[in-house]
This record gives sequence, C-alpha cells and structure tokens, in this order.
Amino acid sequence: MSDHDPHDHDEHREHQPGEHGAPLTETQLRVRALESLLVDKGLVDPAALDALIDTYETKVGPRNGARIVARAWVDAAYRRRLLEDATAAIAEFGFVGRQGEDLVVLENTPKVHNLVVCTLCSCYPWPVLGLPPVWYKSAPYRSRAVIDPRGVLREMGLVVGDEVEVRVWDSTAELRYLVLPERPPGTEGLGEEELAALVTRDAMIGVAEVRSPAQEAR
Amino acid sequence: MNGVHDMGGMHGFGPVELEQDEPVFHSAWEGRAFALTLASGFLGKWNLDMSRSAREQMPAADYLATTYYEHWLFGLRKLLVDQGLVTDQELATGSCESRAPDGRRLAAADVPTALKNRRAARLDEEVAPRFRSGDRVVARNLNPVGHTRLPRYARGRAGLIDRDHGVFIFADTNACGLGKKPQHVYSVRFAARELWGAGAPARDAVYLDLWDDHLEAA
Repeated sequence: MSDHDPHDHDEHREHQPGEHGAPLTETQLRVRALESLLVDKGLVDPAALDALIDTYETKVGPRNGARIVARAWVDAAYRRRLLEDATAAIAEFGFVGRQGEDLVVLENTPKVHNLVVCTLCSCYPWPVLGLPPVWYKSAPYRSRAVIDPRGVLREMGLVVGDEVEVRVWDSTAELRYLVLPERPPGTEGLGEEELAALVTRDAMIGVAEVRSPAQEAR
Repeated sequence: MNGVHDMGGMHGFGPVELEQDEPVFHSAWEGRAFALTLASGFLGKWNLDMSRSAREQMPAADYLATTYYEHWLFGLRKLLVDQGLVTDQELATGSCESRAPDGRRLAAADVPTALKNRRAARLDEEVAPRFRSGDRVVARNLNPVGHTRLPRYARGRAGLIDRDHGVFIFADTNACGLGKKPQHVYSVRFAARELWGAGAPARDAVYLDLWDDHLEAA
C-alpha cells in the first residue's frame, strides 16, 4: 500500500447530498479500488489527482468566458480579433490549453442565434467555460439540440423569433465553440467588470440570453 | 460505430433537466474518475480519440443506464488493460502484482503546465484541401464498426463548406491505431430541412466539423 489513503478525499465531501453516512455504492468502491491500484503501481500520483480536481473546481470556469465576452462588448478591436482568431484573442487572457486548443467564437446578432452541442459526447471549451454541466452531456440535450433546437430553447426559457436564423454547432472535431451573446440593452453605463458579472455560462453555450440588471429586476 | 452514443436526432429521452447552482462534481468519486482519466492519459499510452472510442464501446444498454463519469470509468479500465498497464487480474482483485517499470507519472507540480500544453490535434503539415468555402458536398454514407466522428444523422446529406479550419489528425483512424492521416477539417453547413425534412424551419441550419475523408463533392 502507498502511504496515501484515497479515502481521505471523501472526508471533506461528507456534506454532499446522498453521501452522508450512506454505504458506498459499487461505483464508489470501484473508483477507490482503481485509484489505489494505480497509485500502488506507480502510475498516478494522488497529489496530481487533487491538483487536477482543484483546477476545474476552483480555477477554470465560466467566469473566464464572461471576461472574454465583456471585453468584446467594450472593445471593438478586441471583438474583431476574437471573431477572426478566437484562440489567439482568448490566449491574451492566459486562457489556453486542454479542450481549448482551437477555439471559435460565434457571434449572436438580431438575425442569427447560435447554439452549441456535442451530439457524440461532451466536447466543450474547457479553458473558458470549465467542465460542462450535466444537462449538456445528457441524452435529452444531445439528441434534441440538432433536430429541435427551438423546442429545447423554449423549454430552457428562451423564445427565438421566426425571423431569426438558428445555427446549431455540433462539436464533432477538435474545434471548441464559445457563443458571444448580444449585449443587453440598457447596459451602456456599465464597466467591463460589471458587464462580465451579467454573462452566464448558459448564454455562452447559446441556450440563454444575457439580461440586464433592469430586465432581471422585472 | 453505429453506437447509442451517437444521439443526434433521436427521440424519447425526455426534456432537458436543468439544475440550479450545479457543482462541478456531484460526488467525490466523479472528481476522482475524472482526474484518474486525465492523469492516466498523460502516461502517453493512448490518444484522446482512443479514449473516446473506448467509452463508445460500453454496451449500449449499460451506456444508457449509467452516468457520464461511469462511461469515463469504463473507458479508462478498458484502456488500462488494452494497453497493458494493468492486468485483468489486478483490476479484479485491486492488488498490484508488479509496479510499472518507468517513473513518468504526472506529478502534482506539473499539472498546470500539462493542462496548458497545446496537444497537437492540429498539424503543421502541408496537405491540399479537397474543398473550398462555398463548395457543395455530401457526407459519405459510412458505417464503420470502429470509431467515427461522422454522426449518423448527417450521412448521405448535402451541405455547404462554410469554412476550412486547416489540417488536423483524422480522429477515425487515430482512434484505431491506423495513423494520423492528416487532412483538412471544415465546418459544413447542413440546412435543417435537408437533415430533418420539410417540417423543419426554413432558415435554420446545423454545422458539423467534418474531415476530407467524410465528404465527397456533390
């Protein structure tokens, strides 16, 4: 046995619903056994696992993408660079790497609404949005986003008018897509940071619009 | 393969279920399964396409009855055995029979760098594109038993080359140890009506990222 006990990792998670005092499921046991085996074999370092988890739980997430969107709203030259070469423009913020090696930004306009899916699994732009939510990886979204995008959007609270073209982007290769939502009306007085605070993950996937503080208050 | 993972256009999975304030991982084991998969991937014994292919080989009924990170766990266990890093016996008993010979496991200190490295799905090789923006193409009617990134719903359908993304590793061969086969990847625009028939909204479209080998001139 190594000096590391993988059970330690669950201790600080005891608050998670359904885990409190409940017996371990077969899957939990299986993962523990696999980690213990790989550590014993010298194939993985448990501290590296902690670092990987911490990265995606605390460091990389949709706040990154929101900063990109806000910058594009306030800086026309940045917006042009972003639409021309998203990978390079996003790298200016230091957001690079795994599952974001080749980024493409899709601009929503009054005439075009973009929506991103991965029908085959879960491809998603990690450096700017973090790991995908469960619904994005789920069978209902993967199956329906391409055949009934307007129905899916309606269920998610977004009605797209008939005069607007809906473009669905199925991430079937290594390009990773980020939607640049429309800047909401009535936000002319807001600064970049305030704007970034309005931008949601769902708006950057294309299943929501960004709402102004006044719209939210209604 | 014509697997159940290829969900685009299917019916019967129900509505998209949203979760407010969703955690990155819903249970500690999900984080461990995620991190074990990434850390093991850095051992260099397989590529991302092989990793996706391994998950797709989960029996269809199991795939639908299990959660996302259970698919990852299935894929990881399969790759570890297929690539000779772990034996079936070790997986079954959980006890290590022999330690791995070399010590190139991912260290915690190397995690930030490892995640920021640009994995080379894009290649610098000079390969002539078979198509240009605006060309009319048809997605081939391919039904390989191995991995493919050409979803069933687009096969045999006509579309327009929207843009050329450059030269990439061909996932379909790279997943099966048949080489990188460098070729161009394009965003191909398929009218919603071409994919789903006359009932689909006239102006809507689905874009897929497809390789030269997926396409022929229309």
